[in-house]
Amino acid sequence: MKIVVPVKRVIDYNVKVRVKADGSGVDLSNVKMSMNPFDEIAVEAAVRLKEAGVASEVVVVSCGIAASQETLRTGLAIGADRAVLVETNIDLQPLAVAKLLKAIYDKEKPQLIICGKQAIDDDANQTGQMLAALMNCGQATFASKLEIVDGKAIVTREVDGGLETLELPLPAVVTTDLRLNEPRYATLPNIMKAKKKPLETLTPADLGVNVEPRLTTLKVVEPSSRKAGIIVPDVQVLLNKLKNEAKVIAG
Amino acid sequence: MAILVIAEHDNKALKSATLNTITAANKIGSEVHILVAGFACKGVAEQAAGIAGVASVKMADSAALEPQLAEDVADLVLAISGGYEHILAPATTFGKNFLPRVAALLDVAQISEIVSVEGPDTFVRPIYAGNALATVKSADLIKVISVRTTGFDAAGTGGAAPIVELSVPASGGKSSFVSRELTKSERPELGAAKIIVSGGRGLGSSENYHNLLDPLADKLGAAMGASRAAVDAGFAPNDYQVGQTGKIVAPQLYIAVGISGAIQHLAGMKDSKIIVAINKDPDAPIFQIADYGLVGDLFELVPQFVSELG
Repeated sequence: MKIVVPVKRVIDYNVKVRVKADGSGVDLSNVKMSMNPFDEIAVEAAVRLKEAGVASEVVVVSCGIAASQETLRTGLAIGADRAVLVETNIDLQPLAVAKLLKAIYDKEKPQLIICGKQAIDDDANQTGQMLAALMNCGQATFASKLEIVDGKAIVTREVDGGLETLELPLPAVVTTDLRLNEPRYATLPNIMKAKKKPLETLTPADLGVNVEPRLTTLKVVEPSSRKAGIIVPDVQVLLNKLKNEAKVIAG
Repeated sequence: MAILVIAEHDNKALKSATLNTITAANKIGSEVHILVAGFACKGVAEQAAGIAGVASVKMADSAALEPQLAEDVADLVLAISGGYEHILAPATTFGKNFLPRVAALLDVAQISEIVSVEGPDTFVRPIYAGNALATVKSADLIKVISVRTTGFDAAGTGGAAPIVELSVPASGGKSSFVSRELTKSERPELGAAKIIVSGGRGLGSSENYHNLLDPLADKLGAAMGASRAAVDAGFAPNDYQVGQTGKIVAPQLYIAVGISGAIQHLAGMKDSKIIVAINKDPDAPIFQIADYGLVGDLFELVPQFVSELG
């Protein structure tokens, strides 16, 4: 069974973002970039399925600028076998990425696609679901457990009320939530090995996909910040403030 | 043109997130239709018909829709999408699950988690864990939108909309429902609670989480939440998680106990009206956004707080 894992290069989750003064976006110059944390979980899940003998090949795919190669190398260092970069300088929105991934699906014919549930830059939470719709197949989003049994995916999902388990015929799309696994640290020998693994580069035109954005960002601003509060000396003062100043507890 | 809102419900009652979504829809235009898709969900449809600002309720009632699988709900929405320029759902795990499928099948962009309506095609949405707000304009004919419930007030009652029954297409069978384990709680829903008591890693264990926070939540009639660290460590169930990728909440009062305040957690609660932080580390980032901070040992302070509440 072949597994495809799409990965995105995003601002590192520890970096505090700064909005550009001209309101055109956030400042990404000289900022540490990393693999989207949910995608890292997806790569780990795929590699574990390979280690368990369930999957035969893991292919990582990234869509974006040339520097996304680094992100793909990270995926290869975790244990993916090969990588595909769909290179473009156009700002890709989720629908465009889903269409590119659908074209990759048609080419590679994987049985399973594991995506991160959301990228921590645009926080859209769309690509996996859109891809499943374009593939006309089933989906299991926000997975905290994934098993392949008798050619079907059994997936436990984190939903608002608790947990839900679904069974999906393959091919299917699964999107990862935080508790699916804890991704390993890539070891130095594996990072070295990853440099020698195959990385193919394609363009949206090669795949026959129009990636023009549908949404235009008119402006980006910083949210209004909360004004600094006070440190109260004890519980009595706190309670008094909550009752009489903030009036959020009945006095 | 009418606006379609897909109702979130459990086949028995409407979820409150639907009410905030209806308010967002009413800011776009006046004729709001609600789709109630489920099984034996007549009561939900009647509840939806009674909401102010609702012009019509479309009810799709079928055993196949009982688990509200993403594939089947999306196919149904697609089947009735003609005649709508806007399709809205709450940005909860329900809405996030099926709505992008609808957008992809209509070949339009989805605008996720809007917090403000600037015009029929222009919306504000948070990006980068809420550290930036983007105003985006859609070039698509149909706008598919998920609504962050904290951005809009809940719609009130007083409506009397007609209920129209829809015929339901057969399930596509692309996925099937196996089981559901719902967290049982008598407490208010996290997304709609006025007061939230939330615990972090500082509590140290599941026993401490419950021994300390349960009595406080009981006294305040509060919902309970948790940081990612606390959920990962098994102190609290997954659906308690507040944060960028968990639940986004904005109660009147948010009490953070033993939570240091990672960016990802703050993203989920910084729009709360009043934030109280109880933490032993005076340098914890949570104090930078808290209205009232209490520095000290939470194992002493929380029980004291409970007894002071009387």
